Amino acid sequence: MSAIADHPILDPALAPPFPVAVLPVLRNPQLRKNVAHAIDVIQAKRARLVAEKTDWQELRAAASAIKDHVLENLGAYLEQFEARCTAAGGTVHWAADAAEARRIILEILREEKAGEVIKIKTMTSAEIQLNPYLEAAGVRTYETDLAEIILQLGEDEPSHIVVPALHVNRSQVREIFARRMGIENLSDDPQALTAAARNYLRQKFLTVPTAISGANFLIAETGAVAVVESEGNGRMCLTLPRTMITLAGIEKVLPRFADLEVMLQLLARSATGERMNPYTSLWTGVTPGDGPQKFHIVLLDNGRSSILKGKTERQTLKCIRCAACMNSCPVYRQTGGHAYGSVYPGPIGAILTPQLEHMRHAQSLPFASSLCGACYEVCPVKINIPEVLIDLRAQVTDLERKRVARFFDPMYVGLRVANVVFSRAWLFHAAQWMGRLGLRIFTRKDGWIHSLPSVGAKWTETRDLRGLPKQTFHSWWAERKTASQQVGGSASQRAGDAAGDSTVSSKSDEKGTANSGEAQ
Amino acid sequence: MRVSLFITCYNDTLFPETGRAVVRLLERLGVEVEFRAGQTCCGQMHANTGFRGEAFSQAKRLVRLYADAEAVVIPSSSCVAMIRDQYPGLMEELGNETLRSQFAALLPRVYELSEFLIDRMGVEDVGASFPHRVTYHASCHGLRGLHLGDRPFRLLGKVRGLELAHLANLDRCCGFGGTFSVKNSEVSSAMLAVKLEDVLGTGAEYCTALDNSCLMHLGGAMHRQYAGMKTIHMAEILASTEKEPAEAAG
Repeated sequence: MSAIADHPILDPALAPPFPVAVLPVLRNPQLRKNVAHAIDVIQAKRARLVAEKTDWQELRAAASAIKDHVLENLGAYLEQFEARCTAAGGTVHWAADAAEARRIILEILREEKAGEVIKIKTMTSAEIQLNPYLEAAGVRTYETDLAEIILQLGEDEPSHIVVPALHVNRSQVREIFARRMGIENLSDDPQALTAAARNYLRQKFLTVPTAISGANFLIAETGAVAVVESEGNGRMCLTLPRTMITLAGIEKVLPRFADLEVMLQLLARSATGERMNPYTSLWTGVTPGDGPQKFHIVLLDNGRSSILKGKTERQTLKCIRCAACMNSCPVYRQTGGHAYGSVYPGPIGAILTPQLEHMRHAQSLPFASSLCGACYEVCPVKINIPEVLIDLRAQVTDLERKRVARFFDPMYVGLRVANVVFSRAWLFHAAQWMGRLGLRIFTRKDGWIHSLPSVGAKWTETRDLRGLPKQTFHSWWAERKTASQQVGGSASQRAGDAAGDSTVSSKSDEKGTANSGEAQ
Repeated sequence: MRVSLFITCYNDTLFPETGRAVVRLLERLGVEVEFRAGQTCCGQMHANTGFRGEAFSQAKRLVRLYADAEAVVIPSSSCVAMIRDQYPGLMEELGNETLRSQFAALLPRVYELSEFLIDRMGVEDVGASFPHRVTYHASCHGLRGLHLGDRPFRLLGKVRGLELAHLANLDRCCGFGGTFSVKNSEVSSAMLAVKLEDVLGTGAEYCTALDNSCLMHLGGAMHRQYAGMKTIHMAEILASTEKEPAEAAG
C-alpha cells in the first residue's frame, strides 16, 4: 500500500471521472506540495536551458515537420524499419492491441524459459498493463529505473511519464526502501537512497538474463532503436542480458539517423532541463559478442492507427513523451497525475488516453483543462493540444447528443437553450431581462450573489458573483443614442443612415452616464 | 476612423461599465464608435464546451454582421482569440465559399482593445489618469493566444499616477477556463487560490486585465474572502481621467 494515497487506478476503463478523482488529491497537502515543488524545479531548469538556445523555435519547427512527414508516410517507414532491423538480426513483431502485445512478449519469455525479467522504464508497457499480466503468468518483473523501483516496491502507480515517482518525496522513499529492502537505519539522504537502490539492482543486473525496454526513437534507415535515460540502468540492461525485448508504439519511428540531432536536443531540454541526457543508447539488431544476442521488437498499434485518421487528432502521435506539457500545466500542478486515471496524465494524457480508448472511456479528460495554452507553447513538436482538446470535447458532446440523459444535464440543456438565445438579438435581450429578474432573489443587499442553486452552486462554492447590473450595455447605448438625437447630434444621424437599420452610431460629447447602478 | 464595437455577450450583460469605458476612451481619441444592435455572442462558450455546430451558427452570425465594418474592436482577448484561432477551422469545416471569403476579409480588421490602440492607432499615451497601485493579470488568451506581449504594460505605463505592481508567475492561468470553472470547479478553485496568493501579494488596490472573465473569477474570490482588492477592466483605467475618474474607482 502506498504511503500517500489510496491505490490509484490507472485503467481508463475503471478509473472514476476526473472531477471525482481529483477530490482526495486536492485534500492531500503533502501530495500537492510534492507535485508543485517537483514540477517548479523542472520547469525552471527547462526555461533556463531553452532560453540559451537561440534557434529553439527553428528546432521546434524542424521537429514538428519531421513528425508530420513521418505520420504522412508511417506505413512506408515502419516497413523500412522492419526490413533493416530484420537484416541486422532483430525479430520484428506486430501487435494490433494491448492483448496481442502482451501475448507476444509472454511467448518470447516462455521460449527463453525466463522466470524473471528486468525492465528499463517504459510507459508503453504500463499502457498495456504488462507487469500485472506477466506476474500473473509467473514471470517476476524487476523495474530498474529508480523512480520505477520506488513505485514497484511502494505498490504505487506512475503519476508522470518522465519522473514517474514525482509525487513521492524522499522521506517517503526512505520509508518504502527501508521496509521493502529490509534496511534498518536508512537515512533519507539522496546518496544513501541511491546506494540502497544500487545494491538492490546490481544483483538483478548480474543474474537476470532477459530484459524489456521501451523505445524513444526507431530509425527507419538503419533499423536502430534509441533509448535515452539518466541513470545508466538502461545501459546495463542493454549490455548484460542475453535477450532484449523492446516494446514501441508505431509512432516512434524517424526516417533518418540524422533526425536525432533535432530530437535529442529538444527532448533533453524539454524533459529534464538538461542539455543532453546522460545516457543515449542506440543498437541495431544484434552485434556478435556485444550486448544481447537475441533481440525482439514489438511494434504496438493499440489505437494509434485510428488516431492517425483524424485530421486534427493525428498530431497527438507527434508526441516524443517529454512531459513538458504536464510540467507547464496549471491543472496538473494542482492534481498530479493519478487523477487522470491513465499512465499518460497531464495535457498529453488528456488527449491521448480517450483516443487510445476509442472514446469509450476517459471522456472527462478532454474537459480537464482550462485551455490556457501553456502546453502548446512548450511542446517541442508543436502539438496544438488545446485544439485537439476542443475537438475531442466536440466528440464527447456528439456522443451525449444521442443519450436520453442529456435532458437531465443542466449544462447540456443550458447550452442548447443559449444557442437559440444567441441566434436573435431580441431573444438574447429577453434572456438578459429574465436572468436579471431570476437572479434578483439570490442577490444580497451588497449587490453580490453568494449562493446559487444547480450548476451555479459549483461557482458559488468558492466564489461570489456580482449581481446583474440594472442596465445592459446595449440598452445604455440605445438610450444614449436617443438622447443625442434629441439634442440633434448630426454625427450619429449621418452614421446611422450610412450603416442601415441595424446599426446605430454616435460620436458625441454627450456624457452618457444615464444609468449606472452597478453594485460596487 | 469608424470603429464597430463588439461588446461580447457577458460584457453586455455583466460588465456594461467596460463597454461605456471603451466608448468614452475611443471617442476621446477621436474615433467614431458604432454599435451594431444585432450582436450577441462569438460562440466561444459553445466551441470550448464541445458544441461545435452551435458555435458555428454564432460565428456565421458574427461574420455576416461585421462583414462591412471598417474595424471591429473587442474588449476581450478570449473572444478575439476565438475568432482568430477557432473560426478558421469552423469556416473550413462547416462554412461555404462566400462565408469563408467574408471571414478572410474581416479577420485582419478585428482587434483586441490594446492591439487597436497600439497597432492601429499608434498611441500609448491615451491621456488617462488613475492614481492607484495596480497589478496587471495577463489572461492566457491575451498572452499566448494573441501574443499581446508588452502592449498592456506600454499603455499602463503612460497612465498618470498609476503605480504598477509586478505580478509573480504572470503566465500562470487563474483557473477560470469558461465552463471549466463549473465542470471542474474544485480544480479551478485550487488554481484560483494559488493565483490569488500572487495577486494579493502585490499589495495593489486594483487588479486589472483585458478580460472580464478572469476578473470575474478573481473578483468573485476577492469579494468572498474580503480580500480588500478590486478588479477593473483596463478599458476603465484607460478611460479614466482627472476630470472623470473611472466609475468603479469613483
